[in-house]
Amino acid sequence: MLDQADGYLTADGRQIGPVVMEMQNITLRFGGVEAIKDISFDIREGEVRAIIGPNGAGKSSMLNVISGFYVPQEGQVLYKGVPRPQMRPYQVARQGIARTFQNIALFEGMSVLDNVMTGRLTHMKTGMFAQAFWKGRAEKEETENREVAEKIIDFLEIQAIRKTPVSRLPYGLKKRVELARALAAEPELLLLDEPMAGMNVEEKEDMSRFILSMNDEFGTTIALIEHDMGVVMDLSDRVVVMDYGKKIGDGTPDEVRNNQAVIDAYLGVSHD
Amino acid sequence: MADTLNGAAGLVSVPALLHRNAMKFGSAPAYREKEFGIWQSWTWEQTCEEVEALALGLLDMGVNEGDFIAVIGRNRPYLYWSMMAAQMVGAIPVPLYQDAAAEEMAYTMGHCGARFVIAGDQEQVDKVLDIQDGLDTFEAMIYLDPRGLRKYDHTHLTQYSAVQDAGRAKRATLEPEMKARIAKQNYDSICVMLYTSGTTGKPKGVVLSNRNVIETSKSSSEFDDLRQSDDILAYLPMAWVGDFIFSVGQALWTGFCTNCPESADTMQLDLREIGPTYYFAPPRVFETQLTNVMIRMEDASKSKRRLFDYFMGIARNVGPSILDGKPVSLLDRIKYNLGELMIYGPLKNTLGFSRVRVGYTAGEAIGPEIFDFYRSLGINLKQLYGQTEATVFITAQPDGEVRSDTVGVTCPGVELKIEDNGEVYYRSPGVFVEYYKNAESTADTKDAEGWVATGDAGFIEEGTGHLRIIDRAKDVGKTASGALFAPKYVENKLKFFPNILETVVFGNDRAQCTAFINIDLTAVGNWAERNNIAYASYQELAGHPDVLSTIQSHVEEVNASVAQDEMLSDCQVHRFVVLHKQLDADDGELTRTLKVRRRIIEEKFSDIIDALYDGSTEISTTTEVTYEDGRKGAISATLEIREAAVVAVAAKLAAE
Repeated sequence: MLDQADGYLTADGRQIGPVVMEMQNITLRFGGVEAIKDISFDIREGEVRAIIGPNGAGKSSMLNVISGFYVPQEGQVLYKGVPRPQMRPYQVARQGIARTFQNIALFEGMSVLDNVMTGRLTHMKTGMFAQAFWKGRAEKEETENREVAEKIIDFLEIQAIRKTPVSRLPYGLKKRVELARALAAEPELLLLDEPMAGMNVEEKEDMSRFILSMNDEFGTTIALIEHDMGVVMDLSDRVVVMDYGKKIGDGTPDEVRNNQAVIDAYLGVSHD
Repeated sequence: MADTLNGAAGLVSVPALLHRNAMKFGSAPAYREKEFGIWQSWTWEQTCEEVEALALGLLDMGVNEGDFIAVIGRNRPYLYWSMMAAQMVGAIPVPLYQDAAAEEMAYTMGHCGARFVIAGDQEQVDKVLDIQDGLDTFEAMIYLDPRGLRKYDHTHLTQYSAVQDAGRAKRATLEPEMKARIAKQNYDSICVMLYTSGTTGKPKGVVLSNRNVIETSKSSSEFDDLRQSDDILAYLPMAWVGDFIFSVGQALWTGFCTNCPESADTMQLDLREIGPTYYFAPPRVFETQLTNVMIRMEDASKSKRRLFDYFMGIARNVGPSILDGKPVSLLDRIKYNLGELMIYGPLKNTLGFSRVRVGYTAGEAIGPEIFDFYRSLGINLKQLYGQTEATVFITAQPDGEVRSDTVGVTCPGVELKIEDNGEVYYRSPGVFVEYYKNAESTADTKDAEGWVATGDAGFIEEGTGHLRIIDRAKDVGKTASGALFAPKYVENKLKFFPNILETVVFGNDRAQCTAFINIDLTAVGNWAERNNIAYASYQELAGHPDVLSTIQSHVEEVNASVAQDEMLSDCQVHRFVVLHKQLDADDGELTRTLKVRRRIIEEKFSDIIDALYDGSTEISTTTEVTYEDGRKGAISATLEIREAAVVAVAAKLAAE
C-alpha cells in the first residue's frame, strides 16, 4: 500500500497525502563518528511518523537533520520536492516546521501565555517599535494572534495555568506548554523530540490523546521520536526504526513489530 | 402571545419567565462563560433567541411533548439553554452527573427512557455510545464541543449549532407548534426531573413541577433580597437540584446573571474575576479554601504573619457582631476597618468573595471555626437545609440570626413538624410531585396530606425556632449498652480538623465505637513537606507513624469533647484506622455529591471493621479501586490499628 504515489489509506481510514519531506541517503558525521549512516525515508502529508530506536541510535540527530539544524555530509533533504539549502532556524520556522525539545526549552520566567505567544512570532509582521508602543496594526495583530494562542490553550487544556510562570510548573505540564508553543506556529510539519520522556502512564495517555487530536483536528503532519515502543506503536501510522545510526526497519507498526532486526535491537544481540 | 406574559399570573413556566426577562431586562447580561481567556456574555434577549433556535431545532428533530431529554456536561450556558429549550417544546430535561461512570448513566437514562441526549463533549458522547445498546428508547444525540468527534458516525449525532441552524432556518414553519406547546404548559406541568444522589441504593428520579420550581425560586429570592444585578458562579454539578434552582429557577425569576467558569480547574481564578454577589458552596469547599489560606500564610514572611494573626484576632472578636449589626465599641470598629484595609479586603479579593452579599453553605455540617472565619471577614455566610424533594429550601438562616450549629428557621411557605422518633417532616409549595416510576417510594416518603419525611433526625430549638439536625434518622442507632449512637455527630467533630478529610464512625449494636479516617492530602502533605517527611504516595503518607500519632491526638480531642455531651458520650472512638485509599464516588463509597454511603463501606471493608473489633493491631487488606475511565485495579496494604484514649464519663461512673 505504500507504493502509491499519492499516499495511502490508514487502518483507521484516514487518507494520507503525498510526500512532504524526503530523506535521501543521509549520512551525518561528527568528526570520526558516524551518527547516521545512509538513511532514506519519507514523511507524508497528514501522517504520524515515528522514528524509534534504543538509546544512542541517532534518533535526535535524525530529527535535527529534518529540522535543518544539522546539515548532513552526504545525501539531501527534499522539502515539498525541493532540495533544502542550509538554513537558519527562523527560516525553517517560516517554512512551516515547528518542534519541541527533549530537554524542555521554554522561557522559564515568562507566563504560559507569553510562551505560547512566542510561537506566533513568525506570523507577526509589525516591527519592534510598533509592537512596543502597541500602535495601529500592532494592536490588531496581537488580538488576532492572541485568539489563535487561546484556541491552542483551550485545545491542550492548560487554561488554569495561562498566567502562571513556566518555572513554577511541573515537568509534565511544561512538556504540554512546549507543545502548545510549537502548535501556535500553526506548523505544517511538527517535530516532537521524545514527547513522552519522563512521564507517568497517565501523562503519556494525555499526551497521546493530544498528539492524535492535533493530527485529526488541524491536519498537522507529525514526526516524533520516542523510545517507548508501546506508545509509538499505538500512535503512529508508519515507523522508522534506527539502531547504531542505521535504519533497520520501516513500515506500519505491525510490520515493524514482527521485524527480526527490530526485535534484536530492542532485546539486544551482540553487534560486531 | 404577549397577553399570556403580562403579570405574575402568566409566569407559570420557564419559557414564560424567559420571555418576560427578554422583554424586561433585554440588554442585561443573562449568561457569561469564560472561553478563550475572555468572558463571553449573552444578554437575556440573545439568550431567548438561542434557546428558541435550539427549541425549534429540537422540534425539527421530532421531539415530542413529554419526552425526556438527558443533559450531560459541565456548567455551560449552552447546556442551561438546552434545558430551557426542552421545556419550550414540552419535553422534560433530565440533567445527569457528568462524572458518572457509563453504567451509572445507563441506569438513569434507562429509567427515564430518554429519547434524546445533549452532551457537552467527546467524553460524554463516548459514554452514551458505550451504553446505547442497552437503551431501547434512545434515538439521537446532540453534542456541544465538536473536538475529536469529526470522524464519528453522524447518523444519530448532530452538533448543537447545526440543530440551532436547522431551527432558525425552519422558524416560519415550526414556530406556531412551539408557541402552542408553550401555551399548553401550566403551573402543574413537569418542569424538570432530577436524580437523587442515592445514599442508599439506586438513584430516584424526583419530578418537580413548574409550581415547585417557580414558587420556591420566588420565595427564596425574596427571603434573601436577590436582585437583577446579582452575579452567581455556576460550578456545582448541573444534575444537583441546588444548581438548577440557583442557575435556572432564581436566575429566571430575578433576572440575575449566571457565570460559567472556563473549566473545573480554573474555577478559583474565575471566581475571583467574577466576584459573585450570591454564592453557594458545600462546606468542603470552604474548608479547602481555609486550609489553603493557612498553608500560604505559613509561607509568608514573619511580619506579614504577625499582621495577619493580629487582625484575624480582632476579626474573630468583633467581625460577626459587626456583620449582625450588634453594638461594637468605636475603638474596635476603627481597628476592624483598619484590618479590612490591610488584611480582610485583600484576602476576600483573593478568595473571590469581595462582593458576596449572600453566601450559603449546606449539605453537611460546617465546622464552627471555619464558619466563623468567613463571617469574621465580613462575608455573609449562612446555612440552609434542604433536599431535592423540597426543591432545595426547607430552612435557612435569616440575616442577623446566623449560627454554626443550626440550619435556620423555616423558609417562607414551609411548615415543619418533628415526629416522635425525632424525624423531621415538612410541607411546602416546593414538595415534589413524585418519584418517577416509583409509586411505592413516593408513598413511603410523602403522605396524603403532603408531609414529606426528610430522613433526618433533629429538633426545633426552644425560643429561637431554629432547626437543629442531629443525623440521618436511619443512621441513628444504639450501642450494645443501649446508649444513643449518632455517627454523624462524631464524624463532623473529627472532620473539623483540617488533617481529616473524611471519616466513617461505626458502633451501631456494638460495645464501642470505632472509626475509619481519610487524611486530607493537602494539609497533611504540607505538614510532611515542612517536617522533611518523604512520601511517594497517598497510601504511604497515610500510614506514616507520625501522621497516625497526629490523627490519634485529634481523635482523643474529639473524645474529650464528645464526653461532654451526656446523651452521646458513648460515641467516643475507641479504635481507629487511617485508610490506605481515599473514599471515592468512582468506587461507590461516596455519592456523587460526596456523601458517605455507610452500607457499602461496611460491606466493602468488612475485614477492616472486623479487625477494629477483634483487638488486632494491624490488618492486611486488598481493595478494588476503579479509575476514572472505568478500569479496575487493586491496592493492598497493611494498616495499623490505633487505640485512642477515651474519657470516662463522670455521671455514669457515679451511677454504677
